[in-house]
Amino acid sequence: MKYLEEFRDGAVAQRLAGRIQAYAGRPVNLMEVCGTHTVAIFRHGIRQLLPPNVRMLSGPGCPVCVTANADLDKAIALALMPGVILTTFGDMLKVPGSYSSLQRARAEGGDVRIVYSALDALDIARRHPQQQVVFFAVGFETTAPTIAASVAEARRQSLGNYSIVSVHKLVPPALRALLDSGELRIDGFLLPGHVSAIIGSAPYQFIARDYGIPCVITGFEPLDVLQGIALLLAQITAGEARVEIQYRRAVPPQGNPAALAQMHAIFQPGDAEWRGLGLIPASGLRLRDDYAAFDAERRLAIETPPPKEQRGCRCGEVLRGVIAPPECALFGKTCTPENPLGPCMVSFEGTCAAWYNYRGA
Amino acid sequence: MCLAVPMQIMEINDSQAIIAAGGVQRRISLLLLPEAQVGDYVLVHAGFAIQKLDEAEAQESLRLWAELLAAEEAAEEEVGRG
Repeated sequence: MKYLEEFRDGAVAQRLAGRIQAYAGRPVNLMEVCGTHTVAIFRHGIRQLLPPNVRMLSGPGCPVCVTANADLDKAIALALMPGVILTTFGDMLKVPGSYSSLQRARAEGGDVRIVYSALDALDIARRHPQQQVVFFAVGFETTAPTIAASVAEARRQSLGNYSIVSVHKLVPPALRALLDSGELRIDGFLLPGHVSAIIGSAPYQFIARDYGIPCVITGFEPLDVLQGIALLLAQITAGEARVEIQYRRAVPPQGNPAALAQMHAIFQPGDAEWRGLGLIPASGLRLRDDYAAFDAERRLAIETPPPKEQRGCRCGEVLRGVIAPPECALFGKTCTPENPLGPCMVSFEGTCAAWYNYRGA
Repeated sequence: MCLAVPMQIMEINDSQAIIAAGGVQRRISLLLLPEAQVGDYVLVHAGFAIQKLDEAEAQESLRLWAELLAAEEAAEEEVGRG
């Protein structure tokens, strides 16, 4: 068992696709919440297998894309501050803020370093004791525990020059906000597999219980995605609404208790600004008061001009599933992965980038 | 961004593990999965093991799919003969 090829069998994929194509019910909108699912669906040509009465919408599950300009502007300001090394994940480099990007800040002399893990940022802090090393922490529940572990390690090692800007976001509150907006009808959610590997299935129960919408926590290999869609259609056909776990090999119902404990020890929920969704109560994570010393915003005086949005960019509507990328006038014309105007085109997992990279596929 | 890759643990030293992926060895942290053992397949995200893969559950999925395949192929043969 290697946990990869086994879940890509073409003959089984055909059978699962056959089940989906046999769906004869009312037209439905299914939302894949997670950007990794968006890419998997395009890469494996799954959209082309769907019958006309099953439509997939992409949701707000790309952390890079939902990061608000005001937060990006803070990271850019930090990068240009003398004595500061700004560390972050690679996806963030090219994302345009209101006036610049981290890439441009680096070209202007800012010390911006891309790391694979938050622990790499700790190594940098150890090697540069005279400088302030700040981690610009983006990501959902999958990533937040890893950042929490880095903060706990920094305290354990008495590292006085490591701090973070937490712009972490939580998936369930965003789904509630999306549903409460009433902007579009969603008949089923393909829920993110790796967020759920951490949080388990309980935090989504309100979607089935209060909104009557079927949910399936789904893996990322082609057979996983096809089965996830088939399970959603089976619930819809049976008139049921439950939170099912398709990705059972990686998602126990309780998630990962050690990772959750680490996350809750360091962070507490706070209001967060989402691109496209606005301010959502208790949808972000901020450092607990006990860890205030690791909050870059308290340690360093960050000054940013008022944020502004890119004119004509419809990323916000794309993130809410309200429009598909080609409906934006900038898509593929002035906005491309080589020269992205909005974040949904920057991140490989952004909905616009996925549409662009797999157009004609 | 929430990409996580299955990798096998080769060696454990305190809270760190050596994992093998595609012929390359890498060091990852076990701080979020302290119960991991040598030989386990784990999901690795941003340098951390975040979940142990459950082989029994994986085998069960594969078994159900094999059954689906066999049942539908048998049904098609029936139709072909009839």
